[in-house]
Amino acid sequence: MTRLNILWALLLGLGLWQALVILTGAPHFILPSPWRVAQAAWNSRVVIAENAWVTTLEVLLGLVLGTLLGAATAIHLAMSKTAERLMLPILVFTQAVPVFALAPVLTLWFGYGIGSKIVMAVLIIYFPVTSAFHDGLTRVDRGALDLAKSMGATKANIMRHIQIPHALPALGTGLKLAAVYAPIGAVIGEWVGASKGLGYLMLLANGRAKIDLMFASLITLACLTVVLHWAVGLLAKRLNTYALGVAPQTPAARAGRA
Amino acid sequence: MADGAERRMSAAPGITLSGQHSIGGAPLFAAEMMLPGGQWTCLLGPSGIGKSTVLRLILGLETGGDFVGQIAASDGQSLANRISYMAQSDLLMPWLSVTENTVIGARLRGDVPDLKRAEALLDRVGLGPHAQKKPSALSGGMRQRAALARTLMEDRPIVLLDEPFSALDAGTRADMQELAAEVLAGKTVLLVTHDPAEAARLGHQIIVMSAGEATAWPTPASSPIREINAPETLTCQAELLAHLRQVQA
Repeated sequence: MTRLNILWALLLGLGLWQALVILTGAPHFILPSPWRVAQAAWNSRVVIAENAWVTTLEVLLGLVLGTLLGAATAIHLAMSKTAERLMLPILVFTQAVPVFALAPVLTLWFGYGIGSKIVMAVLIIYFPVTSAFHDGLTRVDRGALDLAKSMGATKANIMRHIQIPHALPALGTGLKLAAVYAPIGAVIGEWVGASKGLGYLMLLANGRAKIDLMFASLITLACLTVVLHWAVGLLAKRLNTYALGVAPQTPAARAGRA
Repeated sequence: MADGAERRMSAAPGITLSGQHSIGGAPLFAAEMMLPGGQWTCLLGPSGIGKSTVLRLILGLETGGDFVGQIAASDGQSLANRISYMAQSDLLMPWLSVTENTVIGARLRGDVPDLKRAEALLDRVGLGPHAQKKPSALSGGMRQRAALARTLMEDRPIVLLDEPFSALDAGTRADMQELAAEVLAGKTVLLVTHDPAEAARLGHQIIVMSAGEATAWPTPASSPIREINAPETLTCQAELLAHLRQVQA
């Protein structure tokens, strides 16, 4: 059902695109037809794949590092009232600085390689992950905390056995946001200065008036983001299922319930 | 078994609480109460009068107000780490199995949990076959049984119960009252409740709180747990309800 819907949406999109090309009569170096883009994608498949690999690596590393850093910060903030008081305003303030504006500086500091793009992706997802996870950690039922205290629990153990498992769904929400943002960070980093990656390829193709290749790169990037979003969505679902203690719905369980 | 119960009974201290509690300068209650060691005290009174606050004070938790007075155990020792607590909400961790929930106290203290004892306790509260299930797979009554097993696992001489059966259906509630009376025998129990029938059934002592004071209400002559339909239980319940309605007004 959903697969059929996706197929229809895809066909509709392609149809609209083709219609736009015919109706406007735009030349192929302004708006190439879907077929032309498909041809360009096929002809340049090796180049696209190589650059897509670099971008994927940047995004994945950025996502992992940013999540680790964000989760660690959130735990630290939730455990220390002082840290929370001092750091939360700073964190919010840093969000007022558009991360994109930092791209040139980051390129200067971390070079033209994938380093600066990873840092860019980390910076852009750090805040959503931190704030979502911190929210989850601090929104634990007061009764559960009272119970833990009456049992003589230590702060660290409350964090480990109650707060973190409880906050996993919130972390999942943060990760879903991060999955959307991380590719943006990486591509902007590539635009500012790079010798590899889909963002770099887009600029290069644009400069050489190979608009069909540019579109092919853009579509590849969109596909990567969709796959990433889907994978992270699955992960978030699993975190949710775990934290709520709901057994995965197997056909046998469904039959048993009915 | 009887020996064990006796030993526990002598081990469970009584608690005295006397003093005034106020929130932001406005007095909430002034109370003086004595919870006899090894017995059940039922605490009733209108909503918002501070019943749960009494419980939190004894537990040593934040109350959002100031308490001036004294809370002490009859044996002169500190109350810290001698109290376990059970609330209206089962407070089971949804991601843990029933067994793991039962031993969460040990995990939270960083101790190695005694899983054998947990299994025995779960058998005792009738959850043996469900030990590996997650709380979401249990009924409300079964979840409160699991919470009771977790309370027993702590093995503390004093147990504070904050309306633990109020969300259960009538039949399940009566079952749980009997089970709790049986497994908590010999401990000093403070039960906060809204239900006169529950107090009439379970209390060695019944205390009614009002803004000015906490007064003892006469309990039936027989010792708990009393039959639901015994005339003295029903009389006590009816008179207590009538009294509570006056306090309310």
